[in-house]
Amino acid sequence: MKTVFLGVLATAGLAAGVAGAATLDDVKARGSLNCGVSTGLVGFAAPDADGVWEGFDVGVCRAVATAVLGDPDAVTFVPTTGQTRFTALASGEIDMLARNTTWTFSRDVDLKFEFVGVNYYDGQGFMAPRELGVSSAKELDGATVCIQTGTTTELNLADFFRVNSISYEPVPIETNAEALQQLLAGACDVYTTDASGLAASRATFENASDWVILPEIISKEPLGPLVRHGDNEWADVVRWSLNTLIAAEELGVTSENVAELAAAPTNNPEINRMLGTEGELGAMLGLEASWAADIIAAVGNYSELFESNIGESTPIGLARGLNAQWTDGGLLYTPPFR
Amino acid sequence: MSDTNAQSVSFVRDKMLPESAPPTLERGVVKWIRENLFSSILNSVLTLGSIYVIYWIVAHLYPWLANSVWYASSLNECREIRDATVGPGVPSACFAVITDRWEQLLFGFYPNDAYWRPVMALVAFLAAIAPVLFVSLPRKLLWFSAASPFVMFSLLWGGSIWGPITLAVGFGVGYAAFVLLGRVAGALVSVLGSIIAPVLFWMFLAGPIAGALTAVAPIGLPFVESRSFGGFTLSVIIGVSGIVLSMPLGILLALGRQSDLFIINKVSVAFIEVIRGVPLIVWLFTAQLILGYFLPPGTTFDLTLRVIIMVTLFSSAYIAEVVRGGLAALPKGQYEGADSLGLDYWQSMRLIILPQALKISIPGIVNTFIGLFKDTTLVVFIGLFDPIGLSNAIRASTDWNGIYWELFVFIGLLFFIFCYSMGRYSLFLERKLQRENR
Amino acid sequence: MSTITDPPKPGFRLSQLIYDTRYRSLTIQTVALILLVLAFSWLISNTIQNLEALGKDFDFGFLSSRAGYDINQMLIPYDNSMSHGRAALVGIANTLLVAFLGCVTATVIGVLVGVLRLSKNWIVSRLMAVYVEAFRNVPLLLWIVLIFALLTESTPQPRDFREGGSASMMFSESVAITNRGVFIPNPIWGPNSGILIAVFIASIIGAILYRRYAKKVLFDTGRLLPMTWPALAIAIIPTVLFYFILGRPVSLEYPVLGGFNFQGGIQLRNSLIALWVALSLYTGAFIAEIVRAGILSVSKGQTEASFALGLRPNRTMNLVILPQALRVIIPPLISQFLNLTKNSSLAIAVGYMDVRATLGGITINQTGRELEGMLLLGMFYLAISLIISSLMNVYNNSKKLKER
Repeated sequence: MKTVFLGVLATAGLAAGVAGAATLDDVKARGSLNCGVSTGLVGFAAPDADGVWEGFDVGVCRAVATAVLGDPDAVTFVPTTGQTRFTALASGEIDMLARNTTWTFSRDVDLKFEFVGVNYYDGQGFMAPRELGVSSAKELDGATVCIQTGTTTELNLADFFRVNSISYEPVPIETNAEALQQLLAGACDVYTTDASGLAASRATFENASDWVILPEIISKEPLGPLVRHGDNEWADVVRWSLNTLIAAEELGVTSENVAELAAAPTNNPEINRMLGTEGELGAMLGLEASWAADIIAAVGNYSELFESNIGESTPIGLARGLNAQWTDGGLLYTPPFR
Repeated sequence: MSDTNAQSVSFVRDKMLPESAPPTLERGVVKWIRENLFSSILNSVLTLGSIYVIYWIVAHLYPWLANSVWYASSLNECREIRDATVGPGVPSACFAVITDRWEQLLFGFYPNDAYWRPVMALVAFLAAIAPVLFVSLPRKLLWFSAASPFVMFSLLWGGSIWGPITLAVGFGVGYAAFVLLGRVAGALVSVLGSIIAPVLFWMFLAGPIAGALTAVAPIGLPFVESRSFGGFTLSVIIGVSGIVLSMPLGILLALGRQSDLFIINKVSVAFIEVIRGVPLIVWLFTAQLILGYFLPPGTTFDLTLRVIIMVTLFSSAYIAEVVRGGLAALPKGQYEGADSLGLDYWQSMRLIILPQALKISIPGIVNTFIGLFKDTTLVVFIGLFDPIGLSNAIRASTDWNGIYWELFVFIGLLFFIFCYSMGRYSLFLERKLQRENR
Repeated sequence: MSTITDPPKPGFRLSQLIYDTRYRSLTIQTVALILLVLAFSWLISNTIQNLEALGKDFDFGFLSSRAGYDINQMLIPYDNSMSHGRAALVGIANTLLVAFLGCVTATVIGVLVGVLRLSKNWIVSRLMAVYVEAFRNVPLLLWIVLIFALLTESTPQPRDFREGGSASMMFSESVAITNRGVFIPNPIWGPNSGILIAVFIASIIGAILYRRYAKKVLFDTGRLLPMTWPALAIAIIPTVLFYFILGRPVSLEYPVLGGFNFQGGIQLRNSLIALWVALSLYTGAFIAEIVRAGILSVSKGQTEASFALGLRPNRTMNLVILPQALRVIIPPLISQFLNLTKNSSLAIAVGYMDVRATLGGITINQTGRELEGMLLLGMFYLAISLIISSLMNVYNNSKKLKER
């Protein structure tokens, strides 16, 4: 029966090919990038009424698709849950994962993944109702804490309360939306997740000012896209697509002026190298010379991506903070395009 | 005229009295109420309790429904409209989310201009099962039923029509092998041949033939990835294909479980018990997390198909139990009669036993389908967008963050309509079969 | 004269393997066995290759490494420094707890509703029909999520119980219903409580023995001893007496509001309650239909015959209808229990920490051991269902209609 069915699939041309070592070639042959995203996280990845995915993580997927295929829409978004994301990547179902995933030692080394960089520096924080009267997470002895299950936050939380020798009651919840419902109804005293997620959620509350985000950030959460171990060419493509976004902001290249800057060599050699008017960085990656210019034209630079999805002008209203350029006191620092 | 008569009988009625109305307590509504609602103390208490429960539910639901907002682009706009019309804090449903997203809840991310395709596939499915479900329809329609899986496949996934056609030809090859070998060699050989021939055909010939035909005559609808399936379309696809594809395997397993052959019997029992003993959600996680380990290194195909395979295996175990019930319910005389006619095992099964056993199993199969259809909601846990998964995704957009009940009500209502009508049908069939068997 | 046909040739021809019914079954089975072994070895070799390619091994050692995560509901002691294996056991205990509670309440609901649905009271039977159809035709997952949301939204928060708050505790300050769960008093077992428990068990046994004795007297002599009240008295009175004689060894610890939440007492978490209620109501609807069908399956002639023998209605029910109806009811009832146990894996929807959430969820996710974890999880559920279904077979055989 099984062979028959596999035969059926093969004839129908649905059994997708072989996830070989060369992901870049697979993606080019397939004509679309399989990008793992969250099943829905405000500001980072969510489908709109027409089924078009939008968000900050989605932007990274689109950047890679533009670099490889020249088309920001040549992406198949594969929604993954906290529990299924790593298997989806390891099995080759997706080519890359851009799902606010924390870069940790064990994921990098033991689970055999390759984090290509950091697209958002986050930390785990707490949000509580103002009327609870709590000003520090250390006052939370005996509190009921909502957490999203299947993430690093569970472990961080256990560690934090253990270190401070205070007790708590965890309420594990499957999705962000349900956790918020619990918090709003007062079924938990505080909600803990990445600080960006907290701010994003608070923005959608009916009375946002009734909620405080506690000052403690109890963990480092460098969130970034990741790929499978062992395919360095592909990892390079994803890494430098991400770096292009960041470097473009640093160099002042935006989606508006990129066409002009890419048309002819400018005074700044680094811009020229990045946009392909000088040297052949694109060919080294196995991409078109205009790959970086295409990315910026299609999705904008890091700042544009940030501002249009999660920045202060959106309902989510996140400040740049750690995610500012190193020149502005933040942590974004790309290696040079040379 | 005699006076005596008049004196001895003081009064004789010579006309019928008009019928007087029965006492108020014994007629009409009052009587009905007395007999049905207040016949004893216990009954009165129950009645009053029930009325209170109904009142309580209505009192809570009615204002929420009556003040509902149907047109708005976000939850905040809904709240503004509510504040403007009925005042802040009044319960009010925001069904605007349904008007905004109902297409997504029904079709998922299927391309907008191709919504007719899932609808037509559903129509094809209904047309295909009609002759199975209603015996009064002409038997010729069964040919359409046999063709319908390929029709539905072409409609839903699209792509070149030659793929499904060569697939169907494979079954024809199998039948031809069965008939031809049946003439030359014995029954066993023909059965084996009818299995091996199409497999060989599919493995070696179908691909090139379909490819060549596509190159010559590229007919077909635009290809739609199974990843775009979502919402109720996805539930129906998983449920229907699970049941339809599991029928052959389920029947074989049921026969295996009834078989005298020791190994076949034990293998069937083990398969059925293992599948039934473990919850569907664990099987779905298996499909998501570890199915890839069992396939040749490097093979991978998309999640929807893995789920359909897993659900097919899952429901085949349940179908096997239903069919086994049907086989067991047949009187022993049928088996003995078939043997006495000199039919071999497969002939007696094909011509005598299975037609009867399957007929009495249909209600059970429909019930299995209802159960399976409801269980398709579990795919939300492995990241597929069934209606419940979509309700989560809709909540994740900034517009509709924080909306719950309206989506649940809509989803629940659709499931209810679907399952209730199928349940009614299965009940009708059961009664009919009971009448026929009496 | 050669009318006698030749005797069949002794010896064995190869074609007999296919054409001789004596050998054919052996051939088929051998072929099937070979195919099966081939299929399994194919799967296993694939798995080995895949594991190698990923650089993983097949090893259950992760069960003894530190878990590092917390579980809110623990029936056995656990903290985050204990092992993944221990966490799995906590999850198993939680699964069994909700399955047991669910089976009990689902049976009670099912029997009540099944009987009421046959009631002559129009409004009650309609209401029950609506309940049964609503729960049978809407996915369980939706009900679990809905009931969880309802519990969260419609019950007061713990801080409403403070002075001047809108909510108050029930049953003389002993029970608090909050949107984090229901807090009930916790019994504290004092020094002599062991004796009390022994007395209680002994008196229950006494009550059962009394009933048996009364039945024996009834069957031997026809004399009818009162059954219910004396049995109840035997079961309860000694325990109450001993409770006071021993100087109240068992006391109750009441939940009190302190800090963020109620302290002390036993907390029945909302996740448990939502799952429990949803599973009971859902399975109860199916059981109601089974009970109804069971009662309807007993033909009316049985009732009439029993009345003709002069039995009173409740004895007719106990001695004639129920024993026959139970034979129809019990097998599908047990398979509903099985379904309920399997459905308890939907705990994932409300964050109830059952075995799927601990072993099959967080542990797999933290250690990346999905093959081993899923295997253990599947084997656990399989073991449960095999145990229950073998019990069912024993019962079925004992209650089988004894025919001539």
